[in-house]
Amino acid sequence: MSLGPYASFIVTSYLLVTAVVLLLIAWITIDYRRQKQRLHELDASGVTRRSGRRAADIR
Amino acid sequence: MTLIDLANPTRFMTLSARVLPWLAAATAILLAIGLYQSAVAPDDYQQGATVKIMFIHVPNAWLSMMVWGVMSLAALGTLVWRHPLADVAAKAAAPIGAAFTFLALVTGSLWGRPMWGTYWEWDARLTSVLILFLMYLGLIALWRAVEDPSRAARAAAILTLVGAINLPIIKFSVDWWNTLHQPASVLRMGGPTLDRAFLIPLLMMALAFSFLFLTLHLAAMRNEILRRRVRTLQMRQARASSSEVGSSSEVDSGSREGSASRPEFGSA
Repeated sequence: MSLGPYASFIVTSYLLVTAVVLLLIAWITIDYRRQKQRLHELDASGVTRRSGRRAADIR
Repeated sequence: MTLIDLANPTRFMTLSARVLPWLAAATAILLAIGLYQSAVAPDDYQQGATVKIMFIHVPNAWLSMMVWGVMSLAALGTLVWRHPLADVAAKAAAPIGAAFTFLALVTGSLWGRPMWGTYWEWDARLTSVLILFLMYLGLIALWRAVEDPSRAARAAAILTLVGAINLPIIKFSVDWWNTLHQPASVLRMGGPTLDRAFLIPLLMMALAFSFLFLTLHLAAMRNEILRRRVRTLQMRQARASSSEVGSSSEVDSGSREGSASRPEFGSA
């Protein structure tokens, strides 16, 4: 597959989209772990939800 | 089960946990098919291989507008029904929409340099999309600046609905004004003007990116629900510890009354 004289523009576009999508996925994954960690800490300190469920119960 | 039942945060967490792995798998498969079709698509007789930038530029551009459309519907949910999940949906969508808009601008710029001879031109289409990007950033800043989620929700909902005026301006800017940007060639009256060799990979990539948005949005909504649950529980913990040390009962009961009227993400 030859990308011709403008290969650098095409490759840069695809690499940039890949990088931003991977960053979004990483950000959302890290954020999820951070919130879960905070809920575990609250659980450990004895705080429960109004329903009586544990704080770390994700549902 | 009614729609309102489904919109319960606890039920949403259960359902989304089941759906997310399937959505992620479908996204990966669609992206793989779309990227393969984009790679083997022929060169355009005028643009050569740079036409391949279209397969990522156009889906990002469509999604930049679609995400604001989703946020506008959510804004109506916030203002009319005051449903807590509506604000969660809008807030979770904003950074994803901003990322798609950024990618649409940059890939468009990288496509424009070899085709138009310039990275940027202050024409109606490019400028209105830049304004959309700035509006995304403004909304994200607003949510971060206001600590109380319910107050931020209403302000953000109004701003989102006002910003929705920009969507038809973006869509029809190429028809209303003389712009460097080409007119619509897919979503237009009379059907697409693109050849099937380009149209099929483009639609596949658009479908793949739509699934990507759906997956990321559901995951981000789950995070936002957990963040609000953390906030509620931290406030409960702070109240419990302040009453333990014998702080003013008047202040304590006041804060309870204040929180009783707000949606409780730590309640279920």
